[in-house]
Amino acid sequence: MSRPAILALEDGTVFHGVAFGAEAVRTGEVVFNTAITGYQEVFTDPSYTGQIVVLTYPHIGNYGANESDSEAERPYIEGLVVRDFNVTPSNWRARMTADEFLRRDGIPVISGVDARALVRKIRTQGAMRGALSTAGHSAEELIEMARRTPPMAGLDLASRVTTAQRYEWTQPLEPCSPSEHVSLQPLGSFRVVAYDFGIKRNILRCLASIGARVTVVPASTPAEDVLALKPDGVFLSNGPGDPEPLTGPVAEIRKLIGRVPIFGICLGHQLLGLALGGRTFKLKFGHHGINHPVLNYRTNRVEITVQNHGFAVDPDSLNAREVELTHVNLNDQTLEGLRHRSLPLFCVQYHPEAAAGPHDSRYLFEDFAALMKEFHQ
Amino acid sequence: MPRRNDIHRILIIGSGPIVIGQACEFDYSGTQACKALRADGYEVILMNSNPATIMTDPDLADRTYIEPLTVEYAEEVIRRERPDALLSTVGGQTGLNLSVELAERGILDRYGVELIGAKLEAIKKAEDRLLFKDAMRKIGLEVPQSRLLTSVEEGLEFAAKIGYPLILRPSFTLGGTGGGIAYNREDLIEILQRGLDLSPVHEVLAEESVLGWKEFELEVMRDLAGNAIIVCSIENFDPMGVHTGDSITVAPAQTLTDREYQMMRDGALAVLREIGVDTGGSNVQFAINPENGRMVVVEMNPRVSRSSALASKATGFPIAKIAAKLAVGYRLDEIRNDITRVTPACFEPTIDYVVVKIPRWQFEKFPGAEPVLTTQMKSVGEVMAIGRTFRQALNKGLRALETGKASSPAVLREDLITQKLITPNPDRLSYIRFAFERGYTVDDVYEMTKIDPWFLRQIDEGVRYEKQLEGRELATITAAEMKQAKRDGLSDARLARLWNTTAEAVRARRKELGVAAVFNRVDTCAAEFESFTPYLYSSYEDECEADPDNRRKVMILGSGPNRIGQGIEFDYCCVHAAFALRDFGVESIMVNCNPETVSTDYDTSDRLYFEPLTLEEVLNIYDREKPDGVIIQFGGQTPLNLALPLKRAGVPILGTDPESIDLAEDRKLFGRVLDELGIPAPPYGTATSVEEAVAVARRLGFPVLVRPSYVLGGRAMVIAYEEDTVRRYMQEATLYAPDRPVLIDRFLEDAVEVDVDAISDGEDVLIGGIMEHIEEAGIHSGDSSCVLPPQSLSDGVLSVIQDYTVRLARALRVRGLMNVQYAIKDGQVFVLEVNPRASRTVPYVSKATGVRLPKVAVGIMLGQKLKDLAHLTGGRASGVLPVKQVCVKSPVFPFSKFPGVDPALGPEMRSTGEVMGVGENFGEAFGKAQLSAGVPLPSEGMIFFSVNDRHKSEAVQLARRLAALGFQLAATRGTAAAFRAAGLAVKTVFKVNEGRPNAVDLIKDGRLKLVVYTTTGAHSFSDERAIRRSAVTWRVPCITTIAGARAAVDAIESRLRDPLRVWNLQQMHA
Repeated sequence: MSRPAILALEDGTVFHGVAFGAEAVRTGEVVFNTAITGYQEVFTDPSYTGQIVVLTYPHIGNYGANESDSEAERPYIEGLVVRDFNVTPSNWRARMTADEFLRRDGIPVISGVDARALVRKIRTQGAMRGALSTAGHSAEELIEMARRTPPMAGLDLASRVTTAQRYEWTQPLEPCSPSEHVSLQPLGSFRVVAYDFGIKRNILRCLASIGARVTVVPASTPAEDVLALKPDGVFLSNGPGDPEPLTGPVAEIRKLIGRVPIFGICLGHQLLGLALGGRTFKLKFGHHGINHPVLNYRTNRVEITVQNHGFAVDPDSLNAREVELTHVNLNDQTLEGLRHRSLPLFCVQYHPEAAAGPHDSRYLFEDFAALMKEFHQ
Repeated sequence: MPRRNDIHRILIIGSGPIVIGQACEFDYSGTQACKALRADGYEVILMNSNPATIMTDPDLADRTYIEPLTVEYAEEVIRRERPDALLSTVGGQTGLNLSVELAERGILDRYGVELIGAKLEAIKKAEDRLLFKDAMRKIGLEVPQSRLLTSVEEGLEFAAKIGYPLILRPSFTLGGTGGGIAYNREDLIEILQRGLDLSPVHEVLAEESVLGWKEFELEVMRDLAGNAIIVCSIENFDPMGVHTGDSITVAPAQTLTDREYQMMRDGALAVLREIGVDTGGSNVQFAINPENGRMVVVEMNPRVSRSSALASKATGFPIAKIAAKLAVGYRLDEIRNDITRVTPACFEPTIDYVVVKIPRWQFEKFPGAEPVLTTQMKSVGEVMAIGRTFRQALNKGLRALETGKASSPAVLREDLITQKLITPNPDRLSYIRFAFERGYTVDDVYEMTKIDPWFLRQIDEGVRYEKQLEGRELATITAAEMKQAKRDGLSDARLARLWNTTAEAVRARRKELGVAAVFNRVDTCAAEFESFTPYLYSSYEDECEADPDNRRKVMILGSGPNRIGQGIEFDYCCVHAAFALRDFGVESIMVNCNPETVSTDYDTSDRLYFEPLTLEEVLNIYDREKPDGVIIQFGGQTPLNLALPLKRAGVPILGTDPESIDLAEDRKLFGRVLDELGIPAPPYGTATSVEEAVAVARRLGFPVLVRPSYVLGGRAMVIAYEEDTVRRYMQEATLYAPDRPVLIDRFLEDAVEVDVDAISDGEDVLIGGIMEHIEEAGIHSGDSSCVLPPQSLSDGVLSVIQDYTVRLARALRVRGLMNVQYAIKDGQVFVLEVNPRASRTVPYVSKATGVRLPKVAVGIMLGQKLKDLAHLTGGRASGVLPVKQVCVKSPVFPFSKFPGVDPALGPEMRSTGEVMGVGENFGEAFGKAQLSAGVPLPSEGMIFFSVNDRHKSEAVQLARRLAALGFQLAATRGTAAAFRAAGLAVKTVFKVNEGRPNAVDLIKDGRLKLVVYTTTGAHSFSDERAIRRSAVTWRVPCITTIAGARAAVDAIESRLRDPLRVWNLQQMHA
C-alpha cells in the first residue's frame, strides 16, 4: 500500500502525495530544476545542501541509478518532489532504483504532486522554505517547521559540506559506453589545488582529464598552505548557499589573486567576485536547469549551460577597469562569467563540467590549462 | 549577424500533394516560412502544386504558383520571377530534391539564385549514403555496416558477407518508399529489384540490421554563427525496424541517462557541423543497443521534417519559422521566444509533460496489402496527445485516433498474440494490452517485441489498474479514486464500460465529486517563465492555467488525424475560419490533435487546445471557455459526429443546424425532402439484412451502389453488378456496424458526375463552383479529377444544377457551406448526395475563383448575409463564381506503397492528396495536373490499350488522335481488332495468361509509355490487375477509365501544341 507524504510551504500551502524514499522529515528551501535528464547528478550535487528539489519533468526514476553518475559519495538534496516517481527503471546501466538510491541515505520523496503548480508558485512568489515528511507529520506541524527553517541568505553551508581531509584526485573522465567520446584531452602536466566548497566530482574528472593532479583541500585552508603545495593553478569549486558569509575563504582567495592562476565555478565564481571587491545578491528563485543560454562575449557564441545557483554577482559592483565581464545569461542578463584584465584568473557562474547537462562549455577547462601554461612561462 | 539585406526576393518550393510520408507537416513548415520571411520584409514567391494547403493561399506569398514541381516549370517560375534566393528546406523531400536538381542543372547559377537553408554540398553529404557514411566515420560516429548497391548481384554478395536480415533503403525516395527488410535470399532479390527501380538514381543502400535496438531522434537547429540547440528528443516506442513515421513516438526520450543523452547530443551537433548544415533545422536519428549502449547514427535530414513538426508542437518551439529566419542570416540569439517574450530562441526547450504520437493506418482501403509495418512508411496520418504522464498521453492519443475500435477485446484473438507481437503491425499496441490481460509478463512481451520494458511496464500497470477498477459501483467511487482514474488518462466512456454505466453518468458523477479537467500550458520552459500564448492541453492536476477572457469568442473543431477522405482540405477550412474570426473581431479557439497541421500552430488561432476531438474533451473545453458558439462544419466528419451530442449538451452550434446536417445524411428523411422539392435522385432503398438487401437490389435493378448510411471517403462502398456482391458486402457490413442500415442506390452507369460547392445564408445562395468530374459516376468523387469551369455541360444542365442547389440549400436551411453531388445521365440531373458542410473541394474552388469560401461562410455563421459580405465575393451574392483560367484538380494515389493492390479506381476512395493544374484550355490544365500527380504523360512512344466492348468505339477515336501525333499503338487482341478495323496500325500484345511476351513484359522493358486499361465492370480479373499493377511498379502512367483516357489525349495534344507557361494566383484573380 502506498504511504502518504506531505510537503508544506512557509506560506501555508500544502501538497499531498505518495511517499517514496526514506521515512523521514526534512526542511529546506524549495527550488525547482527544469532538467529532463540527470536526476542522479542532481540528487548528489552538494550545492543542493539545504534545498528540497522539485523536478519539473513528471517521470523521475525511469533509468534507475548507477555507480558512475554520482557527483558525490551520497545524495545531498534534503528531499525530492516529483509528479511521478518511477520505481521500475529500464536502462542497461541501472544497478538500483532511484527509490533505493535515496532511501539508503535517508532522503524522503513526495510523488504525485502537481509540480507545475508548485513551480508557478515559486516563480511568482520566489523561493520558499518548506518541510517534507513521509513519516506521518501533520500539515500544521510541517508548516510550522517550514517557518522555523533558517533562510538561505546569510547561511554558511559550504563549511558543512567541505571535505574534512585533504585528498588527491587523478581519475579522468571515462566513457560510459562503447560509443561515448571524451572531449577533453591532457594538455600538459599540472598540479591543481581545488578548494572544496561542495565540489562536484565531474569537475575533478574534467581537471584530471586536462592533465591535472588535483589536491582537494578543505574550505578553510589558508592561502599559505595552498601556495606551499606549489600549485600551477587553484580551483574554486561550486557549493551551496550564500557566498557572503564565507568571509574566511574570500580573504584567503584575495591573497591568492595574482600569485597563481585561478579558475572558479559557481560559488567559486561568486567568491572570486567578492574577493575582487564586488557584491552578490539573491535571485528570486535562482537558476536550476540545463538549458540556459549564455553568451560568451569573447567568442560571440552562445553556449547552452548548466545552472544551479540562488545567488549572483552584481556586475555593477565590479571595477570595470580591472574586471572584464566575459559571459552573460541571455534569459535575464545576469552575469555569468568574468576575468581579470591583467591578473591570471577567470570564473563562470555556470557549470562547464555539466553532469548533468550539455558539454558546450568544456573548453573552459582547456582555457584553464592554457592560463596555467602561460603563467608558468 | 542580423538579417541579410543583399537578398530581397525569395522562392519557396512546397512539397506538393499529400502522399504517405509527406503530408500536412510541410504545409505547416511552408506556411511558417512564408509568414516569417514576409514579416521581415522579404518578397516571397511560392511554388507548390497542392491547392489544399494554407501556404498556397494568395495572402501568404507575394506571388503563388500552383504549378507542377518539376525542373521545367520551376525554371519557368525562376525565369519570370528572378528570385535572389531559393529556400530549399521547408518543402520536404520533394522541395529538397527539386532544389538539388535546379542547382545541379545549373539553373540556379544561370539566373543568379542562391540556395539558402542548406547548401548543395550539405544536402548531398546528408542524402548520399556513401558520403554520409564517410562523414560519420570522420567524426568518430558509428553507422551500421552498409553498402550501396546498384545491382541484385552486389546485394547477394554483400549478404553473403554480413548475413541476414538486411535493411534495404532506396536512395532519394519519399517516406522510405520501396524499402524493406530482407530475411532471406528471396526477399532480398524482390525488395532490391523494386528498390533499384524506384530510386531515381537506381541505388539501394543495404544495411546491417539493428532491428530491436532502441530508436531516438533529436531535432537540432543551427545558425550561421555556429550556435546550435536541441529542440526536442524523441524516443520511439517501436524499436528499430519500423519506419519512424509508422512508430508510436514519445517526447522527450524516457529511458536515457543524462550521460547517454549528452553523448547523443554531442553526436547530433557534430553531425550538423560535419554535414555543413549551417542554417536551420535538421533531424538526426540514432539507434542504441539496449544491451551495452552502443550507439549508431541511422540517418539525418538536412531540412525541416515530419519530426520537426512534431517537435514544434510538442515543445511550442516553432522550428520552421526559426529555420526560415536563420536562413536569411539571423542568429538564434537574435530571435525572441514568442511564448515567454523575454527570453531568446537560443535555448533548449524543456517540457513538464509527455507527448505521444500515434500513427493512423488504413490498410482496410487496400485489400491485398499485408498489414505489416516495415521500414517503408504506410500510415496516412497521425495524432499527438499531451499528458502529464505517459499513460495519460497514450490514452488520450488512442481516443484521438478515432479508429472506433477503442481496444475492445472482442476483435483480438488469443491464438494470434505471438504473431501480432513479433511482427510489427497496426494492431500491435492492442495486442500488447491483450497479452497483459491474458497474463503475459513484461519479460514475455519484451522478448517478442523488443519494446523497451519501461513502456511495457507502463502499459502493464495501466491494464492492472483498469482491472482493479472494473466492476465497481459508480456511486461508491470516491473523489480521490475518480481523480486517479482521470489522471491515468481513462475517458469517461472507458470508465463507463468498466463500471457498466454510461459516459454521461460518469461525467455527472465526476462533476458531482468536483473532478474536472484543468488546462496546462505548453510554454517551452516548464513554467520557469511566464507564458503569453494560450497553447493548452487538459490534465487532472490541481491548477488551471486556461485563463479564459470575456471577449466574444468562437470555438472551431478541427478534423483530427489525416485519413483518406479527410485530410488537409479540412484543415485549410479550419485555419481559414480562425483567420476569418480574427478579421471579424471575434476570438478564435482551435481544438485539434493533428501535429502536422497549420491549425495546431499556436499563432493560427487566439487560443489553441491540443486535445482529442471526443465529446468528453470538447465539453471540458466548452465548460472552461464558454464560447459564444462552436463551428463544426469545417472539420469534416469528425466534428459532425459530435454535432448532435454537443447540441443536446446545450452547446450553441453556429451555422447550419445539426438536425439539418443529420437530415441530409438520413436517406429516408432526405428522400422525402427531395420528393417534396421534385428533385430526382437515383431510385434507392435501405436494408439491414442480407435478404432484405438482395430484395432491394432486385427491385432497383443491377448495377447497384451499396454503401453504409454514414459515409466517409466512400468507406466500404461497392458497385454490385450481381447478387453475389451484394450478399458478400452485407455479410461484412452487418458484422462491422450491425445497427446501421445499408443504403442501396440504383447505379447510373456512364453518367457524368458533378460536385457543387455553395454558400447560403438561408435566403441567398452563392455557388462557388460547379465541378465537372473527368471520370464517370461510380468513381469516388475524391478519386476523380475534376475541372472548373465545366467543359461539357450544356447551359440547360447548368441552370438545372443551379436551381436544384439553391432550392436544396433553402430546404435544408443551410447557413454556411454546402456540397452537392449530382449525376448527369442522358441530359437529366440526379442528386446523389448533399452535405451541408465544408467539402474536400472547398480549397480548390477557393484557389480557382479567388474567393475564400470558408471566410464568407464564417461571416454568415456570425449572422451576416451574403449581401453584407459582397466585398469578399467579388460583389456576388448569388449565381456562380467565375473562373478565368481552366483549373483541374487531380487525385494522387499511394499504390506504389502497397504492393499487390489493384490500382483500378472505384467507389472506395483511396487517394491521399490532390494537385491542381492551371491552363488556358482543358488539355493544358489536365496535363499539368497529371504531371503534378506523378503521372507524366508521354509525348512519344507506344501507347497500350485494353478496353471493354462498351468503350471500343471511343478508344478508336482516341487511338486515331494519338496516331496522328506520331504515337505507336499496342493493344490486346479484341481492342487491336477494333483498331485495325478502323484502319489503324497496331501491335497485338498478349494478355498475361495468353503467353509471352505479354503486356507486363513490355511494361518492364520500358516499351510502353502509357497504359489505358478499363475495367470490365463487375470486378477486376487477375490479368487486368497484373498489368495495372506492373504499370504502377514500373512507373508507367496507367489510366483505368475511358473518360480519363480522353482527358489524357487532350493533355498530350496540348503538351505538343501549347507553350510551357505558368500563372500565379494573384495575377489570375486580379
